[in-house]
Amino acid sequence: MPKEERTSSLTTSAEPESRRTLSRTSSPTSSSVLSRKPSAGELEWEKNVLEPTLEKSPERAKEFTTISDYPIRRLYTPADLDGWSPETDLGYPGEPPYTRGIHSTMYRGRLWTMRQFAGFGAAEDTNKRFRYLLAQGQTGLSVAFDLPTLMGYDSDHALSEGEVGKCGVAISSLADMEVLFDKIPLADVSTSMTINSPAAIIWAMYLAVAEKQGADWKKISGTLQNDILKEYIAQKEYIYPPGPSMRLVIDTFEFGTKQTPKFNAISISGYHIREAGSTAIQELAFTLRDGIEYVDWAIRRGLEVDDFAPRLSFFFNAHNDFFEEIAKYRAARRIWYKTMRERFGAKNARSWALRFHTQTAGCSLTAQQPYNNVVRTALQALAAVLGGTQSLHTNSLDEAWALPTEFAATVALRTQQIIAHESGVTNTVDPLGGSYFVETLTGEVERGAWDYIEKIDALGGMVNAIERAYPQREISEASYRYQVEVDRREKIIVGVNDFVAEEKAIDTLQIDESVAHRQAERLRKLRAERSGAEVDRRLKALRKAAEGDENLMPHIYDAVKAYATLGEICDALRDVFGIYEEVAIT
Amino acid sequence: MTDKKIRVLIAKPGLDGHDRGAKIIARALRDAGMEVIYTGLRQTPEMIASAAAQEDVDVIGLSILSGAHNALCPRLMELLREKGMTDVIVLIGGIIPEADIPDLKKAGIAEVFLPGTSTQDIVEFIRKRLAPSAQKA
Repeated sequence: MPKEERTSSLTTSAEPESRRTLSRTSSPTSSSVLSRKPSAGELEWEKNVLEPTLEKSPERAKEFTTISDYPIRRLYTPADLDGWSPETDLGYPGEPPYTRGIHSTMYRGRLWTMRQFAGFGAAEDTNKRFRYLLAQGQTGLSVAFDLPTLMGYDSDHALSEGEVGKCGVAISSLADMEVLFDKIPLADVSTSMTINSPAAIIWAMYLAVAEKQGADWKKISGTLQNDILKEYIAQKEYIYPPGPSMRLVIDTFEFGTKQTPKFNAISISGYHIREAGSTAIQELAFTLRDGIEYVDWAIRRGLEVDDFAPRLSFFFNAHNDFFEEIAKYRAARRIWYKTMRERFGAKNARSWALRFHTQTAGCSLTAQQPYNNVVRTALQALAAVLGGTQSLHTNSLDEAWALPTEFAATVALRTQQIIAHESGVTNTVDPLGGSYFVETLTGEVERGAWDYIEKIDALGGMVNAIERAYPQREISEASYRYQVEVDRREKIIVGVNDFVAEEKAIDTLQIDESVAHRQAERLRKLRAERSGAEVDRRLKALRKAAEGDENLMPHIYDAVKAYATLGEICDALRDVFGIYEEVAIT
Repeated sequence: MTDKKIRVLIAKPGLDGHDRGAKIIARALRDAGMEVIYTGLRQTPEMIASAAAQEDVDVIGLSILSGAHNALCPRLMELLREKGMTDVIVLIGGIIPEADIPDLKKAGIAEVFLPGTSTQDIVEFIRKRLAPSAQKA
């Protein structure tokens, strides 16, 4: 759809009475509803069938909305798709605008990658879990790091106390990384790493392990999350201010374009934005606008859009509202295609096609009646598959309490295998294509996202918008509105605010403090055995390079190979870049 | 009963940045008429104790999801005792294994609110604990 035809969904929304104190951030254009021209048959059905029914038995609610508070109408018919063209708006799979998916045969050709995020304790603990998951038929690895690692502190730093190995695996140096991938051939397995602020450093460690194993950098594949913008917006695991952080991201783009052509240098993530409480439209819009920001910065660095854009990947949440999620994925592909082609003039079709990973919604899991989470996760995963995801993580039933046990993680993987091999949904491409409802919702979600993208453009881009706390405030509003609805029981969560039952606790994975002691001991040994002079020399060189404007990846790689620790390297950059502190909004 | 507003410090100790819960509680307590100060992220127990003293709060609400509660909470309670702030009510919200709750309460935590708690329950808990009759007891 040409840009000028988009109408604002923000200015025409009608406030539902029940929520008049809370601002609504998105709703369908009332103009599109008003201009609806029902057929004679539909009007007749309304008069003769619907109206008498409503008189006899009114509907359960005045208004039906998605979990994002987006209004859903009673029935969708051809009248909702007036002006919609199956040839141009829908198209064919593997072809622009990619509404139906980025591959012509989709899951008939190859199933999505089943990629379960895992990491806990020390490197040897996670190595064991990785090897177990690969033996169970998992097809890719995904590393979860603990909070000290994510924040660029070594395991023996004072601020790491109580956090080592708790939310992921503790990695403080190349020595830990060597243990993490022991007996796992990096030439054959693709690895996703959820690391952001220290992404360049962790990636350098991975590349060093690959080199030691004799794996060709040109052939290794995987994904670095490396999405700092969503950290400022939602997850808040930032170290440096936005400017130097963006420089590090673009350094990895530039390095990867030349050295690791099969490695995704970034996974532009809506997952965490959604977990922070955003609506589906906000998740979509802020993620894609983050993507635009990275492309802008890379072009400013002098990179050619078609050289790096094919290695941009995305990461979305799969929340509870089935059709809203499917519409979101379909709209994402359409928006990215138009953006890459019209805004950036990309000519390579691989730059146009939005590839994405999906994780089912952690925030939807309930601590109460945890076995119900298997059902929630299955429905969410099904939405991701019907939305055409390239890879998928399904959450485990016990994750509202702790990192998953091996039992719970296995059920989560089996959930994907059942969808893939038993449900039949993989037999045809985009089975919901052409549904009046799904196509209408896809168009409405797309329009809602464009409105936000234009607003952020008007604010001077995402970095500026973040500094003004614009996306943060929008998410806070949405998250509070949802909580109020749950507290008022306007939105039902089974086992939490309805259908409550007495229950007994389930067994969960415990991470004890021995991990922290093992890590501290390993670091002590490392510092004693490595060449201190070499480490100092490499860190000095890195500091000097950071003061200038050259690409920092080679310097980081050298420091990592000398067994400088994560904390030492981050500190060197802290000295030069400073640290970021947000203005807290509530 | 006086008209003095209940003063609450909402704090997020540890390295975790997931602040959705902390922000929701801050806003819900404010909507319920309380004076709320939100510390922002990554506060050490020392920072929280001194902010609580400075702001002269009645209640401290800690949001912890990372599993670091056993290291952080007893230290905060010790600091509050050192400052003579034993009448401050300390609450935890977040992901806390049930097995850890008895020890946390022994350390002086007044209540632990687990996922799924309604904001109204927290408001009522605070009001009840700070009612004049409860304070005499």
